[in-house]
Amino acid sequence: MPEPVLAIRDLTVEFHTEDGVVRAVTGVSYELQPGEVLGVVGESGSGKSVSVLSVLGLIPQPPGRIASGEALFKGRDLLTLSKSELRDIRGGEMAMIFQDPMTSLNPVLTIGEQISEALRAHNPGMGDAAASARTVELLELVGVPFAERRVRQHPHEFSGGMRQRAMIAMAIANDPTVLVADEPTTALDVTIQAQIVEVLKAAQRETHAAIILITHDLGLIAELADRVVVMYAGRVVELADVMTIFRKPRHPYTVGLMKSLARLDSEQEWLEPIPGQPPSLISPPPGCAFHPRCAQSQGRAVCRSDVPVLRSFGEGGDHVSACHFAEELSVAHVRVGAGEGV
Amino acid sequence: MSEAPATNFSEEAAAARSDDILRVEGLVKHFPIKSGVFKHTVGNVRAVDGVDLTVRRGETLGVVGESGCGKTTLGRTIIKLVEPTAGKVVFDGHDITKFKRRQMRPVRRDIQIVFQDPYASLNPRMTVREIVAEPLRIHGLYTRREGSRRVEELLRTVGLSPEHANRFPHEFSGGQRQRIGVARALALNPRMMVLDEPVSALDVSIQAQVVNLLAQLQNDFGLTYLFIAHDLSVVRHVSDRVAVMYLGKIMEVGTREQIYGVPMHPYTQALLSAVPIDSPEQRGKRKRIVLEGDVPSPANPPSGCRFRTRCWKAQDICAVEDPALVPRAGGAHPVACHFAEEMKPLALADDPAAAAIKAPTRTV
Repeated sequence: MPEPVLAIRDLTVEFHTEDGVVRAVTGVSYELQPGEVLGVVGESGSGKSVSVLSVLGLIPQPPGRIASGEALFKGRDLLTLSKSELRDIRGGEMAMIFQDPMTSLNPVLTIGEQISEALRAHNPGMGDAAASARTVELLELVGVPFAERRVRQHPHEFSGGMRQRAMIAMAIANDPTVLVADEPTTALDVTIQAQIVEVLKAAQRETHAAIILITHDLGLIAELADRVVVMYAGRVVELADVMTIFRKPRHPYTVGLMKSLARLDSEQEWLEPIPGQPPSLISPPPGCAFHPRCAQSQGRAVCRSDVPVLRSFGEGGDHVSACHFAEELSVAHVRVGAGEGV
Repeated sequence: MSEAPATNFSEEAAAARSDDILRVEGLVKHFPIKSGVFKHTVGNVRAVDGVDLTVRRGETLGVVGESGCGKTTLGRTIIKLVEPTAGKVVFDGHDITKFKRRQMRPVRRDIQIVFQDPYASLNPRMTVREIVAEPLRIHGLYTRREGSRRVEELLRTVGLSPEHANRFPHEFSGGQRQRIGVARALALNPRMMVLDEPVSALDVSIQAQVVNLLAQLQNDFGLTYLFIAHDLSVVRHVSDRVAVMYLGKIMEVGTREQIYGVPMHPYTQALLSAVPIDSPEQRGKRKRIVLEGDVPSPANPPSGCRFRTRCWKAQDICAVEDPALVPRAGGAHPVACHFAEEMKPLALADDPAAAAIKAPTRTV
C-alpha cells in the first residue's frame, strides 16, 4: 500500500459534562489513502464526526479533551500543532464541507468575497483580479450558473443546493490533499442530493483529493465510498472496502444496519430493526458496547466481559471486525444487491 | 345490514361513506406576505393550491415531495391546525371545513397528528404521564380510577414500560420520544392519524423500529394513516397508495405499484431516479434524470403546469393550460401532465427499460 495521506492512531476524545465524562471516541485508528473516498458511517453519537473534527482542531476544548492518540499528516502530528499552524492547514491542504451550508457561510459577505477570502488566506501574494477570476472559475466548476453575476450575491440569495455548491467551491479553492465532507447531503432534497453527489465527484476529479465522507446514509456510501469505517459507541467496529461491507459484513452491527433499511428493491412486510437504544457514552455497557442489542451474542458471557479487538479477515488484512463471533456471520445473514434480495 | 328495501342511491351513499374516511376537495392554503409599516398584503405563498385527495378507511396514503412542496401544510390544513383559504375537507361524511372550535372537538378525537421532531413536540416540563394523559384530561376522559391505568396501557402499546411514566422527555432518546408522541396520539382511540415525517429525525436502526410500530398499531386498531415524508424508500414501504406533490399541487396519485413501478409524471420519474442506489454493485447502472435548476418560489409559481420550468417535455401548451389530474395515455391512475407516459426510472442499465428512457440522463 502507498503511504497514507492521513493516519489516525489510537485516538481517544472525551467531553467533560455535568453528568460525567463522555468518551466520544475510544482508541480509534484508520488511515486515509491518497485519492480514495473513505466513508465513516455510524449513527448519531457514534463518534464519526468527532473522530475527524478533533484532529482538525475543530472541537471546543474544554469541554472536549483529546486524551490520547496521534494524527499524522505529511509527517506531522496534527494533535501537537499550535492553533495557528492548524489554521494554515485547514482550508488549505485539508478542507471541510459541512452539513448545513446556511449556518456555515457568513450571511453578511457575498459568496465571491468568502471564496476569495479563502483563496487569499492561503495565497498571500494573490491579487484582487486573480482571486476573483479564480472564484468565478471555481463556481463554474461546481455548476453554479451565471457565476460571474452570482459571486456578488449573498448566501440568502442562494438555494440550499447552490449554497452547498458554493461551500464545495470554497473547500477545493486551495487544491486540498484531504477533503472532509461531514454529512454533505443530509440537509438537501433528494433531487438536489443527486446533484451534489455529482459535484463531489467532479471536485475529486479536479483536485485528486482524498475524501473522508462522514455520513449516516448508506445510499451515499454505496454511491461514493471506496472503503468504509463503521463506528459504534465511539469505536471502530468494522473496516473494509465498500463491496465487502455491503456483501460480506463481519460485524453484527453492520449486518443490522443493512437489514434495517427500507429499500426500493425489496418486498418485505416488516423491516428488521436493531432492537434497543444506542448506549450511553458516560456509562457504556461492559464488554462489547453492542452486546445488549446484538443478534449474534445470544447472551454469551464473553460479549459482556471482554471488549473485542479488531481482527483481520480476508486476504491482506484489509477487512477488520471487532466481534468475538465474527466467524459465525455468513453472507446468508445479509440481503445483498438488487435482484438477489429476499 | 338489514334486508329492508333501500333505494340504490342511499346504499351507494352509505358505501361511499364507509369506503372513504377523508375527502379533500380543491383545498387551498395561502399564507399572506406582509410588507411595509402598515403590513399590507403584497402577495401570497401558495403552499397548498388546489388539492383533491381521498383517503380510504384503513389504508396508508403516502404524500411525498421535496421541501416547500406544501406536504406539511396539507397535513395541518386537513386537521385544521391552520384554516384553509378555500376548498373542502370532508371527514367521515361531515364537512368539517367550517367547523368552529367546539364542533372540532369530537373530530379531534378521531384524527390525531404525530410530528416530525420528537425533541420539539413534547413539553420538556411535563412528565411522560402528564404528556400522555393530557389529551384524556382535555376531553374529560381521565378518571382517577382508570386514567393512570390507561396511560400505562398506552405506554406498553408503544413499546415503553410503565416505569417510564414518571420521567421527563429529556431522559429519552429520539426513538423513545417518538414513541411517547405516538402514545399521546393514540390516547383518544383515533381512527386516523396524520404522520408528518414521523421517522426522518431518527437514526436508521431506530427508524425501522418506529415504522414497524406504526404498522403494528395500524393492524391492531384498524387505523388510517396519512403518511407525509420525503424519504421515497420509507414511503414505498409503508404506503398502499402514494400522492406526489410539487409546489402545492398533486402531480400524480396511484397505488404504490403504479407510482413506483410505472410512474407517468416526469417529476415522479425524476424524483425516483434520484434515490440513492441500494448497493455499490449498482454503481454505473442507474440512469439518473437530470433536473435543471431549483424549485420555483411558491409565492410566484409558473403559469400553467408548475413543473414546466424544469421539465424536459415542456411545450407551449404547458405554459398556458394547467393539466388536470386525470388518468391519461392509457394509464390507470390520475396524473397531471399533458405528455404523461410510462417509464421505469428505477431500471438498471442491463434492463431494456433503462435504455428506453427518453430524458436528459446521466449514468451513475
